[in-house]
Amino acid sequence: MNRENIVELKDISVAFDGEKILDGFSLDIKDKEFITLLGPSGCGKTTTLRLIAGFLVPDEGDVIFDGKRINDVPAYKRQVNTIFQRYALFPHLNVYENIAFGLRIKKLPEKEIKEKVNEMLSLVNLTGLEKRNVETLSGGQQQRVAIARAIANRPRVLLLDEPLAALDLKLRKDMQKELKKIQEQLEITFIFVTHDQEEALTMSDRVVVMDGGKIQQVGTPQDIYNEPQNAFVADFIGESNIVDGKMIRDFYVEFSGQRFECLDKGFSPNEQVDVVVRPEDVDIVEPEKGMLKGTVTSVSFLGVHYEIIVDIGGFKWMIQTTDEHGEGEEVGLFIEPDAIHIMKKSQYSGLYGDYSSYSEEIDLLSDADYVEEEASVE
Amino acid sequence: MNKKSFGSRLVAAPYIVWSAIFIIVPLILMIYFAFTDTDGGFTFANISEIGKYKTAFLISIVYAAAATVITLILAYPMAYFMTKLKISSQRMLMLIVMIPMWMNFLIRTYSWITILSNTGLINSFLGKLGIGPLKLMYNPGAVILGMVYDFIPYMILPIYSVMSKLDKSLLEAAEDLGSNAFTKFRRVIFPLTRPGIISGITMVFVPSVSTFYISQKLGGNKTMLIGDAIEYLFNLGPDYYNVASAISLLLMCIILVCLFIMNRFSDEDDGGVIV
Repeated sequence: MNRENIVELKDISVAFDGEKILDGFSLDIKDKEFITLLGPSGCGKTTTLRLIAGFLVPDEGDVIFDGKRINDVPAYKRQVNTIFQRYALFPHLNVYENIAFGLRIKKLPEKEIKEKVNEMLSLVNLTGLEKRNVETLSGGQQQRVAIARAIANRPRVLLLDEPLAALDLKLRKDMQKELKKIQEQLEITFIFVTHDQEEALTMSDRVVVMDGGKIQQVGTPQDIYNEPQNAFVADFIGESNIVDGKMIRDFYVEFSGQRFECLDKGFSPNEQVDVVVRPEDVDIVEPEKGMLKGTVTSVSFLGVHYEIIVDIGGFKWMIQTTDEHGEGEEVGLFIEPDAIHIMKKSQYSGLYGDYSSYSEEIDLLSDADYVEEEASVE
Repeated sequence: MNKKSFGSRLVAAPYIVWSAIFIIVPLILMIYFAFTDTDGGFTFANISEIGKYKTAFLISIVYAAAATVITLILAYPMAYFMTKLKISSQRMLMLIVMIPMWMNFLIRTYSWITILSNTGLINSFLGKLGIGPLKLMYNPGAVILGMVYDFIPYMILPIYSVMSKLDKSLLEAAEDLGSNAFTKFRRVIFPLTRPGIISGITMVFVPSVSTFYISQKLGGNKTMLIGDAIEYLFNLGPDYYNVASAISLLLMCIILVCLFIMNRFSDEDDGGVIV
């Protein structure tokens, strides 16, 4: 048993009404790390959290905590606390009593409870609000009470179920930093669930990308972004152009009818592969100087840069550039060897990475749906 | 602004007229009768008459309190159990709780006679086994049983409605923070369902304390409840309206005091006080 791991999930399967939510899921979580479970709604990330919290018993497999199997240990005996998606603050208790809830159950002396609650209040910047009714607090303040209540118990592991989903963008960014700070200060393991890839990349030591009840990739944010293992990961994390390609030999790949130098190796000669090129890694040049040639079909201004869609032989590429280009303009594309990332073919090949049907609005709309869908899955 | 408030006044008008005719006026009449003699002269005589009925008052309150406590003990776990079921089973059970309420109140009470009497269902069954007949009727137990049976839906309904709206994540949060089943109940479920308990208690206690039919049918002539006293006096004719009104007035005051005490409990912030 590896003592570095605080939580180990071994070959876990969970099904609801015959539908597999987790399927042979295994994951080791290191002590004191900030790990994020990232994936679209219904991918099984909240279910994973509930397994660790003790609200759910797996159909198959083991949940190991600090070297011991805890499948049958009820939630209230686990050294784990949760921050719930909608905070789940007790409406009949004020801020102070909400935070003191777990401490009172432990029957600590009143003086110690007071000390701890005050410490928590100052940790989350809520000093002075202890007498307030939790229902009169703003969303951000409620969030802070939820954090204070969960960590007042000094859990070994803190589970966070999309805790920032209900906050507006500005507040969310602040809370991301604050949570990270709290995690470092308290030196406890954070297991964070989100569908927001940017949030995952910003906060985590390691990211677990999930889909269809399975792990797609585990790695540092840099690994996940720069070396995605399949088309799902490449598409879910950031923007990607994913084209069909053929590995001619090591360091040499063919796609869109051209051959390119790249940094990848270890594929069989002429193996069919998926090629990922991030939109920010493509340089736009004069048509005759480009490695690929195409026509600009749409341009949108996003402040920091323009996002333009370029049609190359029927495949729509997304490119981010700070230069302005007009629709219908002929452009050339220049791609450096280190901008090309090669992936093995997978079940996700061909499903993602083409921007033909791309629209900013649709993307935003589907994002907003996530929170509600996730809730109905629960 | 004016237009709007005129509109809302218009909407409220039918009920205001209704309550004026059927609530305010009878109330004033009752107070008038309570403080006048048969000739219409002001008097406290009726109030001092009430002293004769103090046993009836006492028994009514004790019986009603017992019935309320028993309904609460039966209804609370029932409501809790119901919320644990599938939605379709919940609806089915709710229907079963409601069905007796669609039956006439007198029939419901009367049917208990055929169950409890010396020649009733239970005793004829026991008779076949060579036991009895047991005296199941004409005792306080039968009266309280009748109250419990007749009024229990009014306890289940409000408790169930509060309990089914209880956010499940609050229960998970309580477990998450270390509560076992008992602490979870004591610190979260009970305080959050207290509004349902309070209205259930009100809705059972008030009709129980003023009921008259149940005690006559199931209690025989031995136990006179305050509702029976009022009915008896009114039946004697107009000469007794004044005393009957005085008793009604006092009963109302007692109920008001009970409700007031009850509301003090529901306003209490800290859950630990009652438990």
